Amino acid sequence: MAVYPPKPAKEPPLTERGPIAWVRHNLLSSPYNITFTILGLAILYWTIPPFVKWAFLDANFAGHTKADCTGNGACWVFVKEKLNMFLFGFYPQDQLWRPKTVIATVLALGAFAKFVPGLHRFKLLLIAIFPIFAFMMLHGGSFGLSLVETSKWGGLLLTLVIASVGIVLSFPLGILLALGRQSKLPIIKSLSVFYIEFVRGVPLITVLFMASVVLPLFFPEGVNFNKLARALIGITLFEAAYVAENIRSGFQAIPKGQYEAADALGLGYWQKMALVILPQAIKVTIPNLVGTFISLFKDTSLVMIIGLFDLLAMVNVTSNDRDWLGMDTEGYVFVAFIFWIFTFSMSMYSKRLEKKLNTDKGK
Amino acid sequence: MMKRLLKLSAVAALATVTLATAGTLDDVKKAGVLKCGVNTGLPGFSEADSKGTWRGLDVDYCRALAAVVLGDASKVKYVPLNAKERFTALQSGEIDVLSRNTTNTETRDTALGINFTGVMYYDGQGFMVPKSLGVKSAKELDGATVCIQAGTTTELNLADYFRANGMKFKAITFDTNDQVTKAFEAGRCDVLTTDASGLYATRTKLKDPAKYVVLPEIISKEPLAPAVRHGDDQWFDIAKWTRNALLTAEEKGITSANVDEAKAKNTDPEVKRLLSVEGEMCKNVGLEKGCFYNAIKQVGNYGEIFERNVGVKTPLKIQRGLNALWTKGGLQYSPPFR
Repeated sequence: MAVYPPKPAKEPPLTERGPIAWVRHNLLSSPYNITFTILGLAILYWTIPPFVKWAFLDANFAGHTKADCTGNGACWVFVKEKLNMFLFGFYPQDQLWRPKTVIATVLALGAFAKFVPGLHRFKLLLIAIFPIFAFMMLHGGSFGLSLVETSKWGGLLLTLVIASVGIVLSFPLGILLALGRQSKLPIIKSLSVFYIEFVRGVPLITVLFMASVVLPLFFPEGVNFNKLARALIGITLFEAAYVAENIRSGFQAIPKGQYEAADALGLGYWQKMALVILPQAIKVTIPNLVGTFISLFKDTSLVMIIGLFDLLAMVNVTSNDRDWLGMDTEGYVFVAFIFWIFTFSMSMYSKRLEKKLNTDKGK
Repeated sequence: MMKRLLKLSAVAALATVTLATAGTLDDVKKAGVLKCGVNTGLPGFSEADSKGTWRGLDVDYCRALAAVVLGDASKVKYVPLNAKERFTALQSGEIDVLSRNTTNTETRDTALGINFTGVMYYDGQGFMVPKSLGVKSAKELDGATVCIQAGTTTELNLADYFRANGMKFKAITFDTNDQVTKAFEAGRCDVLTTDASGLYATRTKLKDPAKYVVLPEIISKEPLAPAVRHGDDQWFDIAKWTRNALLTAEEKGITSANVDEAKAKNTDPEVKRLLSVEGEMCKNVGLEKGCFYNAIKQVGNYGEIFERNVGVKTPLKIQRGLNALWTKGGLQYSPPFR
């Protein structure tokens, strides 16, 4: 008996499969698409090759002075020579091991948290102890460490200090404000509303400027609040208002049934909030919160106007060195890259957190 | 509104400040360190090197003052300030002296409640043009396009100068100095104008500095001087005579290298008084013998400071010009040590 095995199906025509199809469908499907594709390619062509040429092919990497740079491409020698300035500002050269230790500790804790399962039980303890440890290390003045005033902190170190203190402190404050705004007690509610709306109506730059220029005039002479402390307080109070609004949007996303269910279980106000409402509210606001924190991270560069030298301000300082005049482009590109690394990591972390906390099925 | 508020609070603060301070000198001695307000970054005047050490002409004044008062030029705490906060910092006592390329003007000297010591650098607004333009004098600039930084006195001076000379110009304004430089280099304007000291720094930032010249005309007076608070005459005297000592040292040919020899051998009575071999110059301002000697020994005389930071051998390549001693055709002049 003859067997007629079915012929294998013909492959789709070449224009409908593989990369060619992808290009046809995604880049050339309509006249508009064709125009934008050409435009996009043109922009890439005009920007990418010159940048690569400037940043890599014609760039200078070796050497120690401006004379080692030919001037055609980027002079990364500048970044190399000024690296300690970019990272630590005016922190004394012989004490650089201190900020380095603090950063190493952070990284080590992060790694341990992943590989040592029991560690998360001590999380709260660590969160309480670590800032004290970091401050002792950086500021010194005890345990045989020499005193390094905060005015000498700078560069990436300062950016990280401001951003992490701002994030860690504005978060609980923001939660309290959000609860206050939802509260049924009229005084607490109106105070919270007033605070949030007032702060959100003022630019951060004004807050910092007032804290640094106007505030000292009201103190008697000789009483000088630390500049960094003033900036930290300003940024924390400012960001708390934004965090509060983020959290409030989370409250509104929680169905009323959840509140009623918590009431029906006989939970008091704080139990209801802490055990039922807040965990859900914070979860849905993670993308917003991270957005706020990313903008806080970048806003830290505004402290430049009150004479603190964060990472961005270091570009100004380093490129005004008479031996390195005209190197600001290299400085800005380098700093932009560092900012991007941090903000991008924050985005990635938030994505992971969202996935991990997404307990709802089918979403 | 903001400005008026600031001024008001400044005056209010001043009233308390004047009452509260009698002895900046005592405060500095007690702290063992001089708090000096400097620029956050101005090449040649106040800049940080790769190790984070401050240097520059304004910085060297701080060091000289610290040497005079504390006997050690390194005992300075630098407080980098921007233009807006500099006077508040001085009034509120955050700093003891402001050495931050600040122009001495009537309003600042009187209403703001500060005292300018003596001029450390005679600056003034100048012009830079490409050599290819073939212009030799600012008077030939009729109809030129000019790049300037917005919101500075530079803008007003420029308009005044061109109007006074019956010339027309087109201004292109930018927010920051770097933008001005980039636009000028790209050929968007024929002329770049800013304070002369800044012009030289700007020129070194250009790709090919040799293609540009700074025109000889200086169209405004910008005498840059260190400043102290009103109401502490002793401290004012010390600050003023520190600067005078640096100038006198140059006039008499005393440098950091030969000051010891001069102290031992020089027979000029004024030198003897300057170096505390004779007289009570230091005691007069409440300091120990040899106060000015310390400054000259550790920091050098005015000429050394100038040449080291902004002079022709530095990347800035600024000629002495107005800042030469009066004996050499400049304006730098010190009252006698007598």
